[in-house]
Amino acid sequence: MNIMRLVRRLAVLAFLAPAVAFAAGGHVALDSAPIDQHDVASLQRGARNFVSYCLNCHSAQYMRYNRLADLGLTDQQIKDNLMFASDKVGDPMTIAMRAKDAKTWFGAQPPDLSVIARSRGADWLYTYLRSYYRDESRPTGWNNVVFPGVGMPHVLWELQGQQDLEVEKHEGAEAAHGGHAAEKLVLAEPGKLTPKQYDAFVADLVNYLVYMGEPARLQRVQIGILTLLFLGVLFVFAYLLKKEYWKDVH
Amino acid sequence: MSKIAALTQWIDDRFPMTSNWKAHLTEYYAPKNFNFWYYFGSLALLVLVIQILSGIFLTMHYKPDASQAFASVEYIMRDVPSGWLVRYIHSTGASMFFVVVYLHMMRGLLYGSFRKPRELVWIFGMLIYLCLMAEAFFGYLLPWGQMSYWGAQVIVNLFSAVPFVGEDLSVWIRGDYVVSDATLNRFFAFHVIAIPLVLLGLVAAHILALHEVGSNNPDGIEIKKKKDPKTGIPLDGIAFHPYYTVKDIVGVVVFLMVFSVIIFFMPEVGGYFLEYNNFIPADPLKTPPHIAPVWYFTPYYAMLRAVPAMLGSQFPGVIVMGLGVMVFFLLPWLDRGKVKSIRYRGPKYKIWLTLFVISFVILAWLGMNPTDFLGKFPGSTLEMATFLARVFTVIYFAFFVLMPWYTATDKEKPEPERVTG
Amino acid sequence: MANSSSPSGGKRRFLLAATSVVGGIGAVAVAVPFVRSMTPSARARAAGAPVEVDISKVEPGMMITVEWRGQPVWIVHRTAEMLANIPKMNDRVADPESSQPLQPAYVNKENRAIKPDYLVLVGICSHLGCSPTEKLKIGADSGLGDDWLGGFYCPCHGSKFDVAGRVLKGMPAPVNLKVPPYTFLSDSRILIGQDKS
Repeated sequence: MNIMRLVRRLAVLAFLAPAVAFAAGGHVALDSAPIDQHDVASLQRGARNFVSYCLNCHSAQYMRYNRLADLGLTDQQIKDNLMFASDKVGDPMTIAMRAKDAKTWFGAQPPDLSVIARSRGADWLYTYLRSYYRDESRPTGWNNVVFPGVGMPHVLWELQGQQDLEVEKHEGAEAAHGGHAAEKLVLAEPGKLTPKQYDAFVADLVNYLVYMGEPARLQRVQIGILTLLFLGVLFVFAYLLKKEYWKDVH
Repeated sequence: MSKIAALTQWIDDRFPMTSNWKAHLTEYYAPKNFNFWYYFGSLALLVLVIQILSGIFLTMHYKPDASQAFASVEYIMRDVPSGWLVRYIHSTGASMFFVVVYLHMMRGLLYGSFRKPRELVWIFGMLIYLCLMAEAFFGYLLPWGQMSYWGAQVIVNLFSAVPFVGEDLSVWIRGDYVVSDATLNRFFAFHVIAIPLVLLGLVAAHILALHEVGSNNPDGIEIKKKKDPKTGIPLDGIAFHPYYTVKDIVGVVVFLMVFSVIIFFMPEVGGYFLEYNNFIPADPLKTPPHIAPVWYFTPYYAMLRAVPAMLGSQFPGVIVMGLGVMVFFLLPWLDRGKVKSIRYRGPKYKIWLTLFVISFVILAWLGMNPTDFLGKFPGSTLEMATFLARVFTVIYFAFFVLMPWYTATDKEKPEPERVTG
Repeated sequence: MANSSSPSGGKRRFLLAATSVVGGIGAVAVAVPFVRSMTPSARARAAGAPVEVDISKVEPGMMITVEWRGQPVWIVHRTAEMLANIPKMNDRVADPESSQPLQPAYVNKENRAIKPDYLVLVGICSHLGCSPTEKLKIGADSGLGDDWLGGFYCPCHGSKFDVAGRVLKGMPAPVNLKVPPYTFLSDSRILIGQDKS
């Protein structure tokens, strides 16, 4: 798959920089999400993380449970391990919470997450889910470096622990340029997972979200390689045919 | 007589099949010196066919209803077998249509294809371009994402800048006070039936007009002036079929490779072909922080923003934007040069054309970004990007407005008698 | 081809044929996703998925209707009397031994059920697709005459079926009512739409 990655990287280079700045939106440097769409085990763990932690408040109404067959799961495995509320394996991942209740409880309806990875991007999600910190001025008691004033509390805090935002004053050269201050997240209270384990947990989850954003992705790339090979063959014949006919002209 | 010949005769007695086949293919003589730039006409036709075909199949699943449109697109992407492929073909085709058409128009500017006797070919072509813009604009609302919604909102609001009737006009276009279900429904009607019908008619007219006068070529000379005295066939002409059909097939295969790379490996093209914010359902209460039209509209969008509001009205900007498109229609009458092709033009046209292309590209780039993205001039409230947009808008128009003078006084080289290369 | 007689005519013909064949394969390959996009979607397939039905509440003599693939499916808890009436109908129905393949192989050919007590039928008339009404009552009470032994009556064109869904002789409907694939998950639960595993 290295060729694919190269193609994609070249593509990004070819299409200038502004889109990158646009995609990022905020001013925080995003961490690159260490995800791999071919890692089925990671995707399965991510699916599990998703249904256990996200699917209570967020729906994924365009995603059907039995689509998870893509991840090598049988209908029975999906039913036994990933389905709590729905009873049919062909149902989409909807939630019982009504939109009106959600608005009263959270101030805003938690967005549907079916295509969240396509609008936000993997890096944003990966950084966002690791950037919560304690902020007593917020109604939920939580804030986020990537998403200031975020409505969602830190649902995964028991796993990650609590972070505090520390403002570091840089002395010397930088201070001379107008007193630059850097913000830094510090783990104040450890959670059930070590920071490394937590990063892996989030990576699995984001990997799954990326998959869910476009379940046909892997199939798409496979068909693409076949299509290009076929067009390569067609090109050879078409080119020779053209050369043959144009002997008359030259 | 063989059975096939008999059937052919039977049809020819009732329908001009063979005569049309000859007139437009086997006995349509095109100059033998077409180069790279001459692929894009046939490619534009190919993309038109691709868009109509993929569009028909999308229509079978898409729902033009504000409460179901976004979901029906995701339904196509997930639940419909191979639906994702049909959708990516259509979304990629939309952008590739403009890539191909812009290159096709560039060919016209390079080799003077708009000049006498091809004025009508050019005008039909420009009308096709206008239809294409309308088609793209109407189609872009259909996925009912945030960019769809706010893009339509902004463009329709441009009409409200029209003096006196503007407000009523924009309400009439939307069928509501904001972009809504009614707007979506009518845009769907325009996108799938009204504009495509007009487009097909214009494409036929474009080709008929071309075949009436014959194709131009990179030397910009008329091959009809030198004919074989016996056969009456232009000496530098070759039958379109088989020579240009086999050549265009090579072009088609290469184009399909590029097309496939986009569809299968990078359908979003970094947010240029499918914008990231369009994966968020339309929300009439919340505008995304930065909205920009799709890349092919951005040069004109940059012009719109470059013009300051005058007398409390955005109307001047709207006029400038409209003129930016319409001014192309005048090209056949603005150009006073004696030669057509860039090969024999003097330095003035070459410089102006270069400046024009640079302006177009820079305006496109500026239109993709917020106006404050380059910051402000020190000690001034003027934004750098707005200033640049103004400069390049002026150059863009100067290319057209000054054309009668710089082409008339240019130091041109003599044209050859026969085509070269 | 004007030049097929030229020295390179053979090569030209070969390349023309080769390009046409490869291009033709490509055209067919392109048609595949478009044709596929018209087959039932994941949503349609999910809606047509097997339906699980609890039959513990269906008393003898009662009938319930459930939906499977958008069609009505009847489940009749047949009484001993109803079952006894089935053989009596054998010479009045068109196809007493269910010779037409309108039921899965694993149902009884005469009473057309896996367990005689429970009849499962697709409630669509084999004539023109109306849904017949149940006429399980016996005799004149049914409104179908004294000799009616219970069954179904189609209001559209008057076809009559016995209590095993077999069509009576001389009716507009040509064949028996269809028995869908189904299986007993337990004594009180059946799954409609899936063959016995």
